[in-house]
Amino acid sequence: MNKKLKLSTLALGAALAAGPAMAELVFPSLSYRTGPYAANGIPFADGYADYFTLLNERDGGIGGEPIRMIECETGYNTEKGVECYESTKGEGSLVYQPLSTGITYQLIPKVEADGIPMHSMGYGRTSAKDGAVFNNIFNYPANYWDGASVAIKHLLDVNGGSLEGKKIALVYHNSAYGKEPIRTLEELSKKHGFELSLLPIDHPGQEQKSQWLQIRREKPDNVIMYGWGVMNQVAVQEAANIRYPMDQFIGIWWSGSENDVRPAGDAADGYKALTFHNVGSDFPVFDDIQKFVVDAGKAAGAGDQIGTALYNRGLYAAMLAAEAAKTAQGIHDTKALTPAQMRDGMEALEITEAKMADLGLPNFGPEFKVSCENHGGNGLVAVAQWDAAADSWNLITDYVEADEEVLAPLIEEDAAAYAAEAGITPGC
Amino acid sequence: MFYREAGDFSTSYAEDSQTFPIKFDRYRYYLVLFLAIFVVPFMVNDYWVNSLFLPFLIYAIAAIGLNILVGYCGQVSLGTGGFMAVGAYACYKLMTSFPDVSMLIHVLIAGVITAAVGVLFGLPSLRIKGFYLAVATLAAQFFLVWLFNRVPWFYNYSASGQISAPERTFLGFNITGANTQAWATYLFCLMFVIFSAYVARNLTRGSVGRKWMAIRDMDIAAEIIGVNPLRAKLTAFAVSSFFIGISGALFFSIYLGAVEVGEVFGIQKSFLVLFMIIIGGLGSIFGSFAGAAFLVLLPVALKIVGVDWLGWPTDIVAHLQLVIVGGLIIVFLIAEPHGLAQLWRVAKEKLRLWPFPH
Repeated sequence: MNKKLKLSTLALGAALAAGPAMAELVFPSLSYRTGPYAANGIPFADGYADYFTLLNERDGGIGGEPIRMIECETGYNTEKGVECYESTKGEGSLVYQPLSTGITYQLIPKVEADGIPMHSMGYGRTSAKDGAVFNNIFNYPANYWDGASVAIKHLLDVNGGSLEGKKIALVYHNSAYGKEPIRTLEELSKKHGFELSLLPIDHPGQEQKSQWLQIRREKPDNVIMYGWGVMNQVAVQEAANIRYPMDQFIGIWWSGSENDVRPAGDAADGYKALTFHNVGSDFPVFDDIQKFVVDAGKAAGAGDQIGTALYNRGLYAAMLAAEAAKTAQGIHDTKALTPAQMRDGMEALEITEAKMADLGLPNFGPEFKVSCENHGGNGLVAVAQWDAAADSWNLITDYVEADEEVLAPLIEEDAAAYAAEAGITPGC
Repeated sequence: MFYREAGDFSTSYAEDSQTFPIKFDRYRYYLVLFLAIFVVPFMVNDYWVNSLFLPFLIYAIAAIGLNILVGYCGQVSLGTGGFMAVGAYACYKLMTSFPDVSMLIHVLIAGVITAAVGVLFGLPSLRIKGFYLAVATLAAQFFLVWLFNRVPWFYNYSASGQISAPERTFLGFNITGANTQAWATYLFCLMFVIFSAYVARNLTRGSVGRKWMAIRDMDIAAEIIGVNPLRAKLTAFAVSSFFIGISGALFFSIYLGAVEVGEVFGIQKSFLVLFMIIIGGLGSIFGSFAGAAFLVLLPVALKIVGVDWLGWPTDIVAHLQLVIVGGLIIVFLIAEPHGLAQLWRVAKEKLRLWPFPH
């Protein structure tokens, strides 16, 4: 045992001694290309990597400073996530985007202690929106509770403004992620008078027969799904099997990729999913990606995910990180950034239509502005619908604002609970 | 030459029955302890502790616990993950209910609570054995995980259903939470490892351990020579669960800091610890360490070689790791069913004769 330990410590020591050159902007990518969540992890990781490759190839990095992206496989597993965090944080990592609510919860106290910002875009701990408590955590432009609220708003629209007496079922991944919206939906059910039933599905989510049998029996008017990975495909297929009307089935943005609906074929037609950015590849930036990344043979992964919903989300995440880095470079008048400067950049980030058009992403996402009090953006969410014949997602609504009247007190309560637990004095 | 009994005379019974009868072994053991206690803490940083030492130490405790049950007493168990979860949740409830009490006490009480739960789920072992017992413990695994997911009292009604460790101290040093020193958490876990290994080694050498082994080797014969199977089996479950509970408590509070029961303490964890003792060696304390070290270090070493040195894609390396671990388990089951510990034993046997084998 000892000999083995020593040998590997030597090997490790050599690996660590190879050390970073500090004149780079380091963006770690905690991705997962293996395991039951790979179907969703791969497109996101590809989008994230390709945007940074594009910036390096086309603009020579951000503000002239080259970008170095370190990819680390987490397999959506918290232990590996911790290992990835510890092994990359010494390299000068600017911002963490773990793409896992479990890992986000794990890292929140660690990044706060180490002073590295973390951006959990549309996932993670919802109350991180309260920047007075969560100094280093950002979850703009939208969070889980915004999603739940907008889903209910959409149902209100469809049902002529009233959900009185309706039955809504929540099918959720039985984890921190899936449990997040329950509190919000319970509040909303009190407000709008619908009946909420909860159907948890255990990791990894291939076993859902009994839940869908229950749906078949209870016949809820609508089903909302908070699923991820292989669970999504199975749920859409099961819904198709019991002939549940697809247009009454709404997924959160993590249950709305092509990989989730394609396996069910035409039966998935009409399935709805929320999104906080636009879909498709009809944007000027994709021409640049084709030219500088794909044609140069530098595309990440197999290069077959370009323009899919989750690829776009990875790209959007990278774009927001790059814009925050630009903002930080402006604020601190420096090219090389420290994590603390990056944090300031994220807190001062403002995304406007003009800025997005300038980046080749016109009308790609909602406008928002981050501030110290609000790390979560405006919570603007749209609904997309799957068109199986055309094999594409289409936005069917505008970006709708979440019901802040219900959400604000919940966020305040949860953030205050965290502050008390962790001994933080909130302040801006 | 150096490794031999010759010239090492015992003058008392205590000396004659010590754990390491060979002088060289004894000094090696002292050297390892010295390095682990007085040298390593001054050299480690966050990465070393959080990625290598903590998982190794904590898994070693779990492997020792499971080895007592499976390796020494012959009761196959697939409930390790569930019992670790009991330790973790007991520790969480204690930490949040009694914030001023030292972590040492919380972890020990978490172990005792797990021991009680272990005894409860050990009761079927009095009637059934082998595969049937494995299935009964599998039920414990699923039931416990379901329970901790289902009853909000266990996770203090938090919105996410996660438990996260608040800051707690031991002797005035922060042991849990975000603001910990690498050496402090390392030493805290090391203390439990030394304690567990010491207790386990001496239990298995004494009459209790002999009773377990008698039950393992042939339960009817053991009963005839006067071993009470009820007591032997239930003590094995209690001691084993005690160690597993401690490892679960440390795993949650010190290593991870936040835990989601289904993901962290699922069935994979039970298998992982079982693989550790299979690869390390059933019925051997050293084997528990060897197995834990092997399965903790292998993925990290593969990642460093594959991704950092050779620049392979991360997914290939992750898949390769599954292939290698799976292959190794098959190789060990065929070529060396007694695991790394047997290799070590054979090496020692050869060393005794070296340089003049017959």
